Amino acid sequence: MSEEVKKQRPAPDPNSAKFKLGQIAAKAYSDCVEAKARGEKVGWCASNFPVEIPETLGLHVCYPENQAAAIAARGGGERLCSESEGEGYSNDICAYARISLAYMKLKDAPEQNMPQPDFVLCCNNICNCMIKWYENIAKELDIPMIMIDIPFNPDYEVSEAQTAYIRAQFWDAIHQLEQITGKKWSEERFQEVKKISGRSSRAWLEATACAKHNPSPFNGFDLLNHMAVMVTARAKKEAADAMETLLKEYKENHEKGVSTFRAEEKYRIMFEGIACWPWLRVTSSGLKDRGINMVTTIYADAFGFIYDDFDGMCRAYSRVPNAMCLELARDKRVKLCKDDHVEGLLVHTNRSCKLWSGFMPEMSRQIGKACGIPVASFDGDQADPRNFSAAQYDTRVQGLMEIMEENKGGN
Amino acid sequence: MFTLGIDIGSTTSKAVIVKDGREIVASSVVIATVGTDGVSDAIENVLGESGLEHGDISVTFATGYGRQTYPDADGQVSELTCHALGVHHVFPDARTVIDIGGQDAKVLALNERGRMANFVMNDKCAAGTGRFLDVMANILKLDISQLEVEAAKALHPAGISNTCTVFAESEVISQLAAGTKIPDLVAGICKSVASRAASLAKRVGVRETVCMSGGVARNAGVRKALEQELNVNIASCDMAQLMGALGASLYAYEKA
Repeated sequence: MSEEVKKQRPAPDPNSAKFKLGQIAAKAYSDCVEAKARGEKVGWCASNFPVEIPETLGLHVCYPENQAAAIAARGGGERLCSESEGEGYSNDICAYARISLAYMKLKDAPEQNMPQPDFVLCCNNICNCMIKWYENIAKELDIPMIMIDIPFNPDYEVSEAQTAYIRAQFWDAIHQLEQITGKKWSEERFQEVKKISGRSSRAWLEATACAKHNPSPFNGFDLLNHMAVMVTARAKKEAADAMETLLKEYKENHEKGVSTFRAEEKYRIMFEGIACWPWLRVTSSGLKDRGINMVTTIYADAFGFIYDDFDGMCRAYSRVPNAMCLELARDKRVKLCKDDHVEGLLVHTNRSCKLWSGFMPEMSRQIGKACGIPVASFDGDQADPRNFSAAQYDTRVQGLMEIMEENKGGN
Repeated sequence: MFTLGIDIGSTTSKAVIVKDGREIVASSVVIATVGTDGVSDAIENVLGESGLEHGDISVTFATGYGRQTYPDADGQVSELTCHALGVHHVFPDARTVIDIGGQDAKVLALNERGRMANFVMNDKCAAGTGRFLDVMANILKLDISQLEVEAAKALHPAGISNTCTVFAESEVISQLAAGTKIPDLVAGICKSVASRAASLAKRVGVRETVCMSGGVARNAGVRKALEQELNVNIASCDMAQLMGALGASLYAYEKA
């Protein structure tokens, strides 16, 4: 038997965006661990909670959704979901919630650890399951929960009344955190944070918009990794620097005619929904092997927040994907499809996210019609591997590809 | 030129040989699938029926869930495209194809050239598929072929859930215990499958002519229930179960 020769991966370039972003994502956790060790109060924070608030106050927070995605991508999703189910949580609730609630109990997951919280920061602009999930954590650990209610907005614009409702809650959250942690809000520091968050967001959105080029200078699955920094660290200077490096690299790729998509780009699609983290390789290679590049997804763009002032920030957090009306959500996606010359739409019917998956049949029908592109959907889950079938995925992707091929003129 | 299409489905293996992309010269359905002799048996059957040998086949394409497991094919293509091609060959005016197979259900929208323009498939659950009917027939101690006969005798079709095969199974057992007549139960079961497929069809948009393919198309009880659900006539034929393999052989001819 011949001895297996392992391919040596080239050493990562420390000046590359990929390296920098990986370092920032890891540092977000280690900073939190160190803060906890110093005796500072640390929090668990919802992904669409206004990160500017803890950042301005100088607080360290971790993101349970980000942790659950990392655990799921590294193979621990089923173990932690089962642990929660053993505690009585239904397997119908969000797998991020089940993983997080299991982690709260076990306090250890080798796939991705983080310190236990002294407070939780919840915002329901992304989902309402999160309220009960965070309430349970707060109750079990006997820690304060700060809740910001950003209701689903049935209108196209955010009204002054809605802005005032959110503004009051933001200030209430700030005052509660000042009391809990002893840290003080600084308007000067907020201006800096706002500026940095804006820099990160502008660079990120400009980078993702590079998908307009043909071929795209990147593989869309790269965005799913890079966006972790937009979720957890977009208000940090290092993040803004790294995002600007990413943008520069994508522009250079385009100028050189190269891409991080390691195949010939035959077809371009939009991917809808949260990534199927436990099956990331399967879902990615099922596309790449057929020359299908997922050039765009609203999920990545959702974490770019651009605004001018405090009220603008309030409005920005009311315009995240799961809080906006179907018409606005559709129009944003149609724009992405048209800007990025998308030829097909692949929808992840995510068993964890009833809200997002619930409105997709109608929205995807409208997108398909508006853009004249075929739509295929597959069953999966953002973190519970049991809700996915590779064979079903493969058939649907192949069917989508065959229609795209036919639309190009066949053969 | 002879081309061979093989459809390796979840419960059966099918093979069709076509001459010059037009004439069906042999076909076979074997109740056995991946990991068994089903595929080779189906191929030997069509070769025997046509009097051809392996060397006479110019191009072979595989389709179905086991399409990637058959090593001797010249290529593989999804069953979605194959059902579109197969149905279009038999019914050139078809614009909507409802295919209910062993463990999946799909609805295809066809364009004027008979090519697939869009599709929807069932979710991860096998409710509303052939497997659902197998389970129900088993509880009722009926052969699958008897379902349409029993359904035709129904006076008051029972209400059976289409949410989940296991739920529906316990529902049928409860109704049996309550004295519901077998024909009424069978009609309810057929309606349950039909209403699930109808929901898929409405999502993709129903355009006539509507055709049905796949093994379940042979069940007139489901077909009639589906006609009522959608309020359209549904065309089908004895070859419904072979449409995938037929489509694969036609695709093979195109690729030759």
